[in-house]
Amino acid sequence: MNKGWHPVIRSSLLLGIIALLGTALLAGVNDLTHDRIVAQEKRRMLQQLNEILPVASYNNDLLADVIKIEDPGFFRHPTAVTVYRARLDERPVSVMMMVTAADGYNGDIRLLVGINAAGTILGVRVVSHRETPGLGDPIEAEKSDWIFGFAQKSLHDPEEKGWAVKRDGGGFDQFTGATISPRAVVRAVHTTLVYFQANKQALFDTPAAMIDQDD
Amino acid sequence: MTGNGLKKILTDGTWQQNTGLVVLLGLCPLLAVTNTVINGLALGLATMLTLMLSNLSISILRGLLRPEIRIPAFVLIIASVVTVIELLMHAFFYDLYRTLGIFIPLIVTNCAIIGRAEAFASRNSPLPSVLDGFATGLGFCITLVLLGAVRELTGRGTLLSGADMLLGEWAGKLTLTIIPEHPGFLLAILPPGAFFGLALLIAARNSWQARASHKPLEQIQGAHEI
Repeated sequence: MNKGWHPVIRSSLLLGIIALLGTALLAGVNDLTHDRIVAQEKRRMLQQLNEILPVASYNNDLLADVIKIEDPGFFRHPTAVTVYRARLDERPVSVMMMVTAADGYNGDIRLLVGINAAGTILGVRVVSHRETPGLGDPIEAEKSDWIFGFAQKSLHDPEEKGWAVKRDGGGFDQFTGATISPRAVVRAVHTTLVYFQANKQALFDTPAAMIDQDD
Repeated sequence: MTGNGLKKILTDGTWQQNTGLVVLLGLCPLLAVTNTVINGLALGLATMLTLMLSNLSISILRGLLRPEIRIPAFVLIIASVVTVIELLMHAFFYDLYRTLGIFIPLIVTNCAIIGRAEAFASRNSPLPSVLDGFATGLGFCITLVLLGAVRELTGRGTLLSGADMLLGEWAGKLTLTIIPEHPGFLLAILPPGAFFGLALLIAARNSWQARASHKPLEQIQGAHEI
């Protein structure tokens, strides 16, 4: 480094070089890890989907057969609903819809709702939430069996007014000390079912759009 | 540097100047992630690695760093190191990365790291600097693990749950159920448990120190800093 340079220029150059080195390092590591990170995200997503959807029931590339829908009339949350379509030899088998319930006790609850072509629920899983540990978190499959109660349900089982927690006169249990979290989940699942019933054809027929795997 | 000097670096980092228990730096991650042993261990190891790498780089560059730009330079170096670690964890320890979430990038804001850069690495040669990073990181890691153990045990009655996230499938068997049928003690898992647990650990350390040196607590170096 030239001693004759003005200290300000010297310092700036030095900082610039350190920034450049740091950036180069990060670019290199990013390059090395990028494919692996994408693969990990995919593996995790597929794992979540397959928890509800039996692997043998479809043979298309689930993660590529995806559309995003925005329908403020149904889904009030600004996050678009991601729909994974499962097909067996091109025949529609089921959809897996990633919906967001905005009316949880503490922020958004992200749900994965699997519905087969006949309109029956394959299963529901909570993907992420910030409900109170010990009170609202039995909506998680790891914490209680509650979420499994949605399997085999449909719009006609129970009937319309049954789609609520028991405190609201419906057929689903709430938890001791927590009604809001299960209520939000029940509502979101019901909305998803209604949407599916009304847009079934379009849900399967819309061509897949390449989308970012933002989760 | 003599053997004694190196030994002093080790005891300072892990005991005399323990980041979590004496200097009380980096409390945000310390309090936030220690609801289980494994979470604590993982963040502790990531922080230790960060400290060693940042101390090493800063020590190597110390001749070039002029006083007026040293702080931004430290920040750049530490941020780069942490981002590299974050990317590697994202790629290789995906489940753990999801559990620790925001606290991995937040290692950047752990004052202990820039503190060691300023107080030690910018004045010493690479080898002692790496050792200082190791010792400080080890002290922090031990604190995280202890606090994690206290909270996990009282909160859930287990130890080492989730070890498979850090060590792979086989480690799932490592989970020890110390108290079977534990009803769950929410207070220990939630943030207040972190404060109570840390307070107990600090008290235990102080009383140990006091007993070891046969002096009243008030005269112990470190005790007055808290």
